Amino acid sequence: MTSMTKDRALSPDELAQVVAADIPAGAYVNLGIGQPTSVSNYLTPEDDVTLHTENGMLGMGAQAHGEEIDPDLINAGKIPVKETDGCSYFHHADSFAMMRGGHLDCCVLGAFQVDRNGNLANWHTGKPDAIPAVGGAMDLATGAKQTFVMMTLTTKNGQPKLVGECTMPLTGVGCVNRVYTDQAVFLIEGDGRVVVRETFGCDVEELQELVPFPLERSA
Amino acid sequence: MLNIVESAAQAVAPITDGATVMIGGFGVAGQPVELIDALIDQGATGLTVVNNNAGNGDVGLAKLIQLGRVRRIICSFPRQADSHHFDARYRAGEIDLEVVPQGNLAERIRAAGAGIGAFFTPTGYGTPLAEGKEVREFNGRMQVLELPITADFSLTKAATADEAGNLVYRKTARNFGPIMAAAAETSIVQVTDIVERGRLDPEAIVTPGIYVDTVVRVPGPAAGSD
Repeated sequence: MTSMTKDRALSPDELAQVVAADIPAGAYVNLGIGQPTSVSNYLTPEDDVTLHTENGMLGMGAQAHGEEIDPDLINAGKIPVKETDGCSYFHHADSFAMMRGGHLDCCVLGAFQVDRNGNLANWHTGKPDAIPAVGGAMDLATGAKQTFVMMTLTTKNGQPKLVGECTMPLTGVGCVNRVYTDQAVFLIEGDGRVVVRETFGCDVEELQELVPFPLERSA
Repeated sequence: MLNIVESAAQAVAPITDGATVMIGGFGVAGQPVELIDALIDQGATGLTVVNNNAGNGDVGLAKLIQLGRVRRIICSFPRQADSHHFDARYRAGEIDLEVVPQGNLAERIRAAGAGIGAFFTPTGYGTPLAEGKEVREFNGRMQVLELPITADFSLTKAATADEAGNLVYRKTARNFGPIMAAAAETSIVQVTDIVERGRLDPEAIVTPGIYVDTVVRVPGPAAGSD
């Protein structure tokens, strides 16, 4: 675990650090677009983590800048990146076979909602005027050996995002293993059981007021 | 037999109204910009397009959509910050959209090229994208029946072809190229270079020439719009 102080809610970067510390050494990992990408900032060479990008690369390196930029070398967020020693390229069906075939050890995704049964909603708000766009989220959530979600515990309006049952259209059924939020880390244990592993700047009683189903304390 | 043509216009000339056209590329990388431009000039309309996205900015696929030439699009991620031409046509009810999880898109294209009639996958189970599809349990997991995506033509980009039609790609520009070339009835590929037979390392060839019908050399192709 990290040594940061945890007497307050975490910033996004601090949360990325907590997630990075939980990624097993030597793992093959896909980090979703957006906030999950920042987890890579806290992975060290000693962690020996290999990053997968859905558009056909293992061993993805850091963001490229200036003269390093090659338009033929981008990540899933269409941002220019660099190679690492030992990287490889492959076509899209092979890239998704790595996800769908259960070869990735872990993926980290953002979410609109996660429910107590590990159902994930992160692709479509369900609003009638929204244009649906799913990308690789369903393949990742369903195919990776472990799916970690990284999100704020509540919406900007204070509505819970960790809920009893997702009301938004699902991305995957029972696929989430852990939920990392600014206020706590939750373990999805099956049969609707959700265990609070650790809290940041609050206690379990305060946390319970923000989650609309009974939480369990870690032993 | 491989058809090496002199211009992108010649390469896309056979595309007819109402055709299904796969277009390679993921963002800038692998986008066959000159072939799309030639298709815009060529005039075929009522097209069904298979692509990861639904066009960006005002060029390439976005322009084809803006001109009202695309009747239907099959893609995984249509909504982007600069997909305004698609958004406008979609909201006006002038374009049909089939949203497909990206892995299903890739595997359905691959299946078409491999002669697979259909397959089951857990991806999408329990989501709106599986509604109306057959579901069965295999190995304790609920799985959804998915059908191949076939096409009359594919437009893709590779780095180098040899005169046998064998292709090699550059980095993440490979993306949908190999599977679209195999899936389409007629595959049309723009390449930066064409070399003689024997000049590509047989161990390094990614797309064997059997999948390639038409090649056009477009030296130093422009980067696509993002």
